[in-house]
Amino acid sequence: MSFIKKPRINHPGLDTNAVGLTIQDYEGAMSTLCAGCGHDSVSSAIVQAYYELAIEPHRVAKLSGIGCSSKTPTYFLRPAHGFNSVHGRMPSIATGASAANRDLHYIGISGDGDSLSIGLGQFCHAIRRNVDMFYVIENNGVYGLTKGQFSASADVGSPARKGGGTNEIPPIDPVLTAINFGCSFVARGFSGDKTTLVPLIKAAILHRGFALLDVISPCVTFNDHEGSTKSYLHTREFEQTAVYADFVPIRDEITASVDTHVTPVTLHDGSQIHLRTVDPDYDPFDRDSVVAYLREHQNKGQIVTGLLFVDETAPDMLTLSSTTQTPLVDLSFDTLNPGAAALKTLQKQWR
Amino acid sequence: MATQDRVNDFVIRIATVNGTGSASANSLLMKAIFRMGIPVVGKNYFPSNIQGLPTWYEIRVTKDAYLSRSGHIDIMVAMNAQTYSDDLISVQSGGVFIYDSTRRREELHTRTDVTVLPIPLSELANNAFTGARTRILMRNVTYVGALAALLEIDLDTLKQLLEETFSNKQALIDSNLTAIQIGYNYAREQFNCPLSMRLSRLDKTAGHIMIDGNTAAALGCVYAGATVGSWYPITPSTSLFDAFTDFCKRFRTDTESGTQNYCIIQAEDELAAIGMALGAAWNGARAFTSTSGPGISLMSEFLGLAYFTEIPLVLFDIQRVGPSTGMPTRTQQSDILSAAYASHGDTRHVLLFPSDPAECFELAVTAFDLADRLQTPVIVLSDLDIGMNDWPCPELRWDDTYRPDYGKVYRANELRDLERFQRYLDVDGDGICYRSLPGDHPRGAYLIRGSGHNQAGAYTERSDEYIEVMDRLRRKFDTAATLVPGPIIERTPNADVAIVSLGSCHGAIQETRDRLAEKGLASDYLRIRAFPFCDDVRSFIDSHPRVFVVEQNRDAQLRSLLMTETGIAADRLVPVLYYGGEPLSSVDIIDVILEEIKQGKAA
Repeated sequence: MSFIKKPRINHPGLDTNAVGLTIQDYEGAMSTLCAGCGHDSVSSAIVQAYYELAIEPHRVAKLSGIGCSSKTPTYFLRPAHGFNSVHGRMPSIATGASAANRDLHYIGISGDGDSLSIGLGQFCHAIRRNVDMFYVIENNGVYGLTKGQFSASADVGSPARKGGGTNEIPPIDPVLTAINFGCSFVARGFSGDKTTLVPLIKAAILHRGFALLDVISPCVTFNDHEGSTKSYLHTREFEQTAVYADFVPIRDEITASVDTHVTPVTLHDGSQIHLRTVDPDYDPFDRDSVVAYLREHQNKGQIVTGLLFVDETAPDMLTLSSTTQTPLVDLSFDTLNPGAAALKTLQKQWR
Repeated sequence: MATQDRVNDFVIRIATVNGTGSASANSLLMKAIFRMGIPVVGKNYFPSNIQGLPTWYEIRVTKDAYLSRSGHIDIMVAMNAQTYSDDLISVQSGGVFIYDSTRRREELHTRTDVTVLPIPLSELANNAFTGARTRILMRNVTYVGALAALLEIDLDTLKQLLEETFSNKQALIDSNLTAIQIGYNYAREQFNCPLSMRLSRLDKTAGHIMIDGNTAAALGCVYAGATVGSWYPITPSTSLFDAFTDFCKRFRTDTESGTQNYCIIQAEDELAAIGMALGAAWNGARAFTSTSGPGISLMSEFLGLAYFTEIPLVLFDIQRVGPSTGMPTRTQQSDILSAAYASHGDTRHVLLFPSDPAECFELAVTAFDLADRLQTPVIVLSDLDIGMNDWPCPELRWDDTYRPDYGKVYRANELRDLERFQRYLDVDGDGICYRSLPGDHPRGAYLIRGSGHNQAGAYTERSDEYIEVMDRLRRKFDTAATLVPGPIIERTPNADVAIVSLGSCHGAIQETRDRLAEKGLASDYLRIRAFPFCDDVRSFIDSHPRVFVVEQNRDAQLRSLLMTETGIAADRLVPVLYYGGEPLSSVDIIDVILEEIKQGKAA
C-alpha cells in the first residue's frame, strides 16, 4: 500500500488529445491498493480510454459502492465528480443521476461483492432499465477489505487462501446474469491484458444504454494462490477470447475493407467497433446463442472474454420514458412551474 | 336526541364491501353537501385488501366546520350483511339505521332507541337496471337518492355533479339520475321526510376545496419545481406519486413533441427509490421520494449517507400503523422518533409536520427550499388521515413571484475564480457549506463519500478532522432551527390548560378546546410544525407549569423528542395518546384532560 502523495510532474513533451489535454489530466490520486492489484490496471486502462476518446474529464461522473474496487474512482479522472456511495447501492444513485442530467458520462465501478451479493437486485434492475452508463465489475472472487471471504462469484472448488475451506456454492456469473436480464452491451476482460481492455472500455463508454464490463481482476493478497480460479495464472491459462473488439474513432475514415468474421457496429456518436469473432459461428447479436456458447465453455472451465453481446438498437431508460433531451437540471423554473392561474383552474374539480 | 333538531350537525356512516364501487356514490354524496355550503369531512375506513372485505365511509356534516371525527355515528347506511349487527350497535342512541331490506331481517329491528329504515335497495336497483355490475353500482347510487329525500339534499346539485363527473357520457348520467330518483321516491313514499337530522343550505364552503393531502403534496412538488421522483408502491403513500404523475402529464409534457420535462421512476424497492432521488439531487435536480413506515426503515441507510454527505433530499412519510407491517390502512404518528434520528451513527433530520392538505401543499414547497438551503434530507411527516382522506381546505394559493431557494451552490463562473474549492469549508459560519454540481467545472470536482472526510472532502481517519465535520453538522442543525417553519400558537388570557401537538391532531384539538371552553376551561395551544424545535416551542412550554402533549402513538414519541431536545422535565409533559389507528377525535382527548384536571394536574 502506498501512502505518499502522488507527485504531479509536467512533461512538456506529453501528447495532447483532441480537447488539448494530456494523459496526466485523466489520472487520479495514488492508489492505496495492494501492489500488483488487478484493479490498478483497470484504472490505468480507464485513464487511457477517456484520454483517447478526448472526453473532458469533468463531464464524467464516477460512481461506486463499497469495497476495494469501489475505492478506485479516486485513482482516475481527478477533475471528475465522484460518488462513493453505500454497499451495493451505486446503481440506484447512477440511475437517479442519469435521470437528472443525461449529458454526463457515467461510469460505475463495482466489485463482485458489491454487485453480485448485497447489490445484485440494484445491478439487475439498472440493467432492466438500460440506464445509460458504463458499469465495471472488478471481479476477483473475494472480499478484499474484510480480508478474503468468498464472494458470490467464487467458483465451486475454490480453496480459501487461509482457513475457510473450499467454496461449494455455485457462482453467479455477472456476464450470463446481464445477458439474461436484457443487458444491451456485455463484455468480459482481464486486468492482465490492457491492450484488449482499452478498446472494450472505449466501446462501453460510447454505447448508449447499460454497458457491462466484467473484468477478471485478481486479488494478489487473498485470491492469487494455487487452486484459485481467479488468479493471474489460472486466468491466463483458461482465458478464451471469443470476440476481439477494435475501436475505430469517428475521426478516422472508416474503410469498407473489413475481413470476414469482422462485423462493424456503429455507436451512437458515429464511431465504430469492429468485432472479430474467433469462431465463425459466434454471433454477438444473438442473445440465446451467446448464452449457449458461454455455458458450453464455462462447463469446460474456460473464461470467455471479449465483447460478447451487443445491441445498439435497445432504447435506454430516458428514451423509454420520453424524457426531454435537455438535461432536467438545466430546465428553467418558469418551464417547470405551472403558475397561479393554472392552479386556480385546476382546483375547480375539487369544488 | 331523537326529538332534537340536528340541522347540519351529524355523522353518516356507510358500510359497504370493498370493490363494489361505493366510493363514487359516497363522493357524490359528500360533494353535494359541500356544494350546499355546508362544511363536511370524509373519512374512509378501508381494509388492506382489494375485494370482498368490509369498508366504511364516514361523512361528518359539521356546521361549525370541525375537521376531525366526532366519534359518534348518527346515521348508518348498512349495505354489508357481514357487518349488519356490529353496524347496528355502533349507531348512537337517537340515530337512524338504514339497511338493504331486499331480505328483511327482523333481528335488525330490535333497538328501540334507533329508528330503523328498511329500504329494499337491491330489489329497486335490480328492477330498474340490467347487468350484474350495473345493478351493484346503481344500488349504491340508490341510497344516495334515499338520503337526498331523508336529509333534503338538493337534487339539482346532485344532477350538476353527475354532469360534471361524466361530462360526455350521457348514458351514465341518465342511469345515475334514474337510480337517485328511485331511491328518492321510495324514501318519500315510505318515511316521514325529512329526518330531524337534516341539511339546510349555508354559505360556509365558499373559497374552499375538498382535497386529500397526498394530492396536495404532489401538487406542491410540481410547483416547487421537482423534476425527478422515484418511489416504490406502499399504502398509504402511493397516491402521492399517482397524483404527481397525473400533474406532470398535464403540466410538464411538451405539447408538440410529447417529451416529458420530468422523470418518474418506479423503483425496485425503497432502498433504490431513495438512492435514485439522492443521485438526482446530487446532480442538482429537485428530487424526492415518498413512502410509509416500512420504507423509512429501509431508507435509513441512505438517509445517513445523505446527512453525512450533505445532499438535499425531500422525503414524504405518509405514516401508517406500525410496528412492522402493522395496519397498512390505518393512521398513526408513530415514525416521529425513527424519522428524527434515522440511520446509524449520530444523525438527525429536519422534519416538517403538515396538519392538513393545504399545509401539505405549502410545506412541500418549503421542504425543497429547506433541503437545498440546508443541504440535508427534509422529511415531511404526513399520515394516512391527512394523505388519503378528503379534507375541506381553503383554496390553494400560489404566488407567481416565488423563486426557489437553491441554497449555496458555486456554479462554473464562481468556481473559475476560486483559488481552491473545499466542499465542507464553513465559509459563512452557519454550518452550511458551498456545494458544486457534477459537470459544471473541473475545479468543483471532488469525491463525495459516506466514509470519514475532512473539510476538503478528502478521505480521513483522523479524529480532529472527523470531529470538525461532525461539530459543524451539529451547528448546521442549530441553523436549521432558525429556518424551519415556526409553531402556530394560540393563547387565551388566563388559560387553565396548555396543549402541545402536531400534524393531523389539529382538528380534534380545536374541537377539544371548544368543549373545554364550554366547561369554562380556557386553553393555550401550540402546534409544532417542524423539527428541530425553535425557541418558541421551549418558551411556550416554559410559560406553563404543565403541558398536555397530544399525539397518535403509544410511546409518546413527540414528548420524548421534546424532553431529549429541550431538556424539559418529564413531569411537566403530560402524555395524551391515541394509537388505535382511526383518525383522532376530540373524544379521545377530552376525557384524559378532564381527568388530569380533576386530579389537580392542569397547566
